[in-house]
Amino acid sequence: MRETARGSEPHPLMLVNARVVDPSRGSDFHGDVLLSEGVIRDAAFGLAAGGIPDGAEVVDCKGAIVAPGLVDMRAFIGEPGAEHRETLASASHAAAAGGVTTIVCQPDTDPAVDDPAIVDFILRRARDTAVVRVHPMAALTKGRRGEEMTEIGLLQAAGAVAFTDGAKSLTSAQILRRALTYARDFDALIAHHTEDATMSAGAMNEGAFASRLGLPGIPRAAETIVLERDLRLVAGTRGRYHAASLTCEDSLDVLARAKEAGLPVTAAASINHLSFNEMDVGEYRTYFKLSPPLRAEDDRKALIRALASGLIDVVVSDHNPQDVEMKRLPFAEAEPGAIGLETLLPAALRLVHSDEIDLVNLLRALSTRPAELLGLRAGTLRPGAPADVVVFDANMPWVLDPAQLKSRSRNTPFDEARLSGRVLRTIVAGRTVYEYV
Amino acid sequence: MTSSSPFTLHRRHLIGIEGLSAEEISGLLDLAEEFVDLNRQIEKKRTTLRGRTQINLFFEASTRTQSSFEIAGKRLGADVMNMSVGNSSVKKGETLIDTAMTLNAMHPDILVVRHHASGAVALLARKVDCCVVNAGDGAHEHPTQALLDALTIRRNKGRIEGLTVAICGDVLHSRVARSNMLLLSTMGARVRVVAPSSLLPSGIEQYGVEVHRSMESGLDGVDIVMMLRLQRERMAGSFIPSVKEYFHYFGLDEAKLRRAKPDALVMHPGPMNRGVEIDSAVADGPQSLIREQVEMGVAVRMAVLDVLARKLPNA
Repeated sequence: MRETARGSEPHPLMLVNARVVDPSRGSDFHGDVLLSEGVIRDAAFGLAAGGIPDGAEVVDCKGAIVAPGLVDMRAFIGEPGAEHRETLASASHAAAAGGVTTIVCQPDTDPAVDDPAIVDFILRRARDTAVVRVHPMAALTKGRRGEEMTEIGLLQAAGAVAFTDGAKSLTSAQILRRALTYARDFDALIAHHTEDATMSAGAMNEGAFASRLGLPGIPRAAETIVLERDLRLVAGTRGRYHAASLTCEDSLDVLARAKEAGLPVTAAASINHLSFNEMDVGEYRTYFKLSPPLRAEDDRKALIRALASGLIDVVVSDHNPQDVEMKRLPFAEAEPGAIGLETLLPAALRLVHSDEIDLVNLLRALSTRPAELLGLRAGTLRPGAPADVVVFDANMPWVLDPAQLKSRSRNTPFDEARLSGRVLRTIVAGRTVYEYV
Repeated sequence: MTSSSPFTLHRRHLIGIEGLSAEEISGLLDLAEEFVDLNRQIEKKRTTLRGRTQINLFFEASTRTQSSFEIAGKRLGADVMNMSVGNSSVKKGETLIDTAMTLNAMHPDILVVRHHASGAVALLARKVDCCVVNAGDGAHEHPTQALLDALTIRRNKGRIEGLTVAICGDVLHSRVARSNMLLLSTMGARVRVVAPSSLLPSGIEQYGVEVHRSMESGLDGVDIVMMLRLQRERMAGSFIPSVKEYFHYFGLDEAKLRRAKPDALVMHPGPMNRGVEIDSAVADGPQSLIREQVEMGVAVRMAVLDVLARKLPNA
């Protein structure tokens, strides 16, 4: 978000009595954080005792956590083209309520983000209507048709932070090879949805449960085959590559080998695949129909281990608003996707509460790492960095009521879920954009 | 006149065989036996469902299942209305749920539903106030077919428990196979499935069945050979190379049938593809129960409608 027209320059803000967690420096200490003129001035123990600047607003965090605002690398918004599902404005309010200060929107819009003018449109709309920062990923191929490369240089100059065909996988190895080769000259990141189109026509993970429900399955190989192909191309081209949402254990082995070989490769897992497994589909519950599909519990556990070890770099919300008419259908006919901006942090904190990952590493995957991959000045509390901050209570219990969600769509798999951890305040460029009351 | 059996099901809808106990299945079959006798008399009418409205809602064309449910409902005295996709507003873009709500507003007592998508009948059942009977949903379940198959077996063999039943053919896409595997295992039969690997669902072991990839081993010593219909559109998906090759390896002819017990019986849910999964000589031969299955279909559906109606308000 560029500076919004609304409101004047915010007062300096002193967050006192906080547990300050900065994954960019691996630090976790009790102290205070001073924000002014849109940037972080300092974060230290006893900062407030050393004097509070004139006109500063002092907020007693009462031991709550202050951390860099979340950077969500994969969110499908709907503007332009499907504003009834979500607008940049509604998504930004959902993000603010979830502690997400930067949304990276996907090019799966109508028209697709394949032209610098559309990048510019999104940035202007975000500047005028959104309360958090919005950075678009541009399409990797024109119209996301998988046939011709987009203008990677011009799109990047217009503000695109990475290139992807969003929820579509490239069938042509040749196109991807050329794109990786060309993108390297611009140090542009290519994010890819790894799912073989000819094997992913099913409705859920292939296996015993799909068979019992009589639903066509999507085998794990649909993902792993594409990932293996892609990494072979990365080895040859050395283009920067990011697997947009991995789901299964086999893929993690492939990813680990590529990283060991020193390839410029990173990967994300969605909060849904870290939270649920195929059994959650239950009696054909379409809110659990996702692309790629939810896998088995062993896969989920493997993803969590990979996140804890750093093999998985990033956690994304995979926010994908769908209206009721697209979901209230027989399972195989329903659209895939779940909203997730507001539940990303509380759902991820479940992994901390269950001792599967420590807080600093989790927050790194939610803020520092995605910011690094995208070249954004975010994901850190270092002095001088933009004042994008989340204040949250890691333990506050609550039950999710879909009616209270800020998103325009209600397709949350966390419907009535019991969550521990709540965002208390979200600050973007020094201005409070969300406050829990 | 009400039926002599005091039996009830512990559910409002019949969506699948899954979850039915052996006692419930036996109870339904016992009641169906009474209707078999009734259906062979000149006076076939009962008044059990008098005043009740039954709507047969078929999103997928079916001659035999729809007419079987229609006759079953009429013989029990219900007013039966048939509604199929061809002449409904579904083609005008109305959703399944809207159709369900519209029909629900007309206060039917029983909805009999067939749909091409797995889970569609369960989805619809959650939105209506009446009883719902699944007449086949996608590749999920077709409970009345499994019940009529069970009745046919029981009447011919005197029992189900301990029999060896081979279910042969396109198990992957078959709701009949799923319902039958569940029912026959629940009733204590030994179940084999015989199919090329490309037509077997993953995780088939969960049904507690023995898997065979050839008819020769699969039919060896079985009491019942249950053939499945091969849907010809499957050829396009490269599940099998050709009808000719399929018939050669998996079509039931007299030679393959000789591997089964001498008194083995042959079943098929229909409609048959003669020369694809079954040879005419077998289909029309002395071991075939195929016509009897159709007769049992009406009796079983009467039993299901009767039992579900017992749970209706004011019953």
